Amino acid sequence: MSEPLRLAVPRGALFADTLDLLDEIGVDSAPLRSGSRALLFPGERVTVVTMRPSDVPTYVEAGAVDLGITGKDVLLEQQERVVYELLDLGYGQCRMVVATRAGNRFADELERRLGAVRIATKYPRIASRWFEDSGRQAEVIEVKGSVELAPLAGLADAIVDLTASGRTLGENDLEVREVIADCTARLVANRVAHKLRQAEIDELVGRIDAR
Amino acid sequence: MSHPIPPGTRDILPDEMRELRALSNALLDTFAAHGYGEVWTPTMEYEDVLVKGDERAAGASYRLFDEHGQVLVLRSDMTIPIARLVATRFARVREPLRFCYLSHAYRAVTPQRGQQREFLQAGIELIGMDAPAGTVEVIEVLCAALDATDLPRARIGLGDAGLYRGLLDGMGVAPDAAFSVLAALELHDFVGLEGLVENLGVSDASRRTLTALPQLRGGAEVIDRAVELGGEDVRQATQRLRDVAAGVQDRGLADRIIFDLGLVRDLGYYTGAIFEVYDPALGHVIGGGGRYDELLGRFGDPRPACGFALFVERLHVAQAEEERRAREHGGGAA
Repeated sequence: MSEPLRLAVPRGALFADTLDLLDEIGVDSAPLRSGSRALLFPGERVTVVTMRPSDVPTYVEAGAVDLGITGKDVLLEQQERVVYELLDLGYGQCRMVVATRAGNRFADELERRLGAVRIATKYPRIASRWFEDSGRQAEVIEVKGSVELAPLAGLADAIVDLTASGRTLGENDLEVREVIADCTARLVANRVAHKLRQAEIDELVGRIDAR
Repeated sequence: MSHPIPPGTRDILPDEMRELRALSNALLDTFAAHGYGEVWTPTMEYEDVLVKGDERAAGASYRLFDEHGQVLVLRSDMTIPIARLVATRFARVREPLRFCYLSHAYRAVTPQRGQQREFLQAGIELIGMDAPAGTVEVIEVLCAALDATDLPRARIGLGDAGLYRGLLDGMGVAPDAAFSVLAALELHDFVGLEGLVENLGVSDASRRTLTALPQLRGGAEVIDRAVELGGEDVRQATQRLRDVAAGVQDRGLADRIIFDLGLVRDLGYYTGAIFEVYDPALGHVIGGGGRYDELLGRFGDPRPACGFALFVERLHVAQAEEERRAREHGGGAA
């Protein structure tokens, strides 16, 4: 069992904090900071693989990597993927919210008169679950780009999206109506690796905990 | 011309089939050598019969109507059908029964490598023999089966289906709160579990036990660590697991076992020891099983029972992957 542990690191919003974390636990992040286009960074104890945050559960579940770091938002959206959620890493704090145009009470009225609100989101499963669980009907519209556009252009009455500071929402004249979940970065593990590489994983978790 | 087949099913051509057949035969030969007789049951069962064994019919997903309007399901495992068979055909035989099978089962999973909607299982059921002796025998056959499949790095995760629930009961946790905690454990969400345990209103020591215990896995010493951590509560909750541990150590099988105090299985009929089988070449479990001492009773014929099933296609993927790795590392497994 001398192969290094493979760790999936998310590019994007969590990247910078994740690189700091790697330095703190003794994994050299210099190659990742060099602006290299490489995707895979071999190391003695830990090999780092970089990818989109939403791909992390896929790689971890399949065992293509042993461990991964991604946002709780991604894990909630991909709840059917079997991964072990080991640690709340504390950074990347943001909230999954329902937002509508500021001062707009039409959403409630539309729900009453038309039977459903239209929700634009990149998180169709979180949005559907949230409205179902609260006994409301929603027509969930999945979009890939800027979700804020949808209520402005009249595609949807409200959005379900992730917000850190709320600035993008504010700039687009949107305001938070409901908070679905608080999200932070999480460390997840493959089910088989969690058992077969127990000592190495526990040691790494211990180092992160001791930060 | 291309003619589709349903997602999650596939055709198997001679090169692959030859290897699958050899693997299947090796498993059946091993089961036979341990005194297990092969049985064959219908692929379709009546839904109202299967739900006697498990209210979700063990996750059966495909249903159809027969010509009388009765609901038929494609079986999702072999354990419930064999329990039905034993209660029906062996009602008068009180000696232990040993059966094995090589059968397809069906589940609506997301198809991916080694995980299909129609899949082949090879396994055994030992009916009428109590824990721990029956459990230890089943683990012994499982070890022999893994030897026969040429997966020396494969390991068996061994836990207890009632351990964590028993611990919560022993600490006087209310059923609703216990349900939420168990749900987090089933999702393998240790972050969520820790948050829920914080709010249970139990002592600091109990809180530490409930948070740390599901993460304990490794050699038999982890059970001692758990008892050190949680004292008398844990001693009681791990009694069955310690009995099985003593049995597998007596038989010299301990090297193959990972004792896992956080192990959970998603099927509703397990009552005591539970197993999962892992190989480092595959990210998915390659088999599983456990004790189901109450299942036969649901068919009106109470007797203790235990068994396991291996996913034959996943074993095959693991074999191929182990061979590839051995070649890449210049012979000899890494």
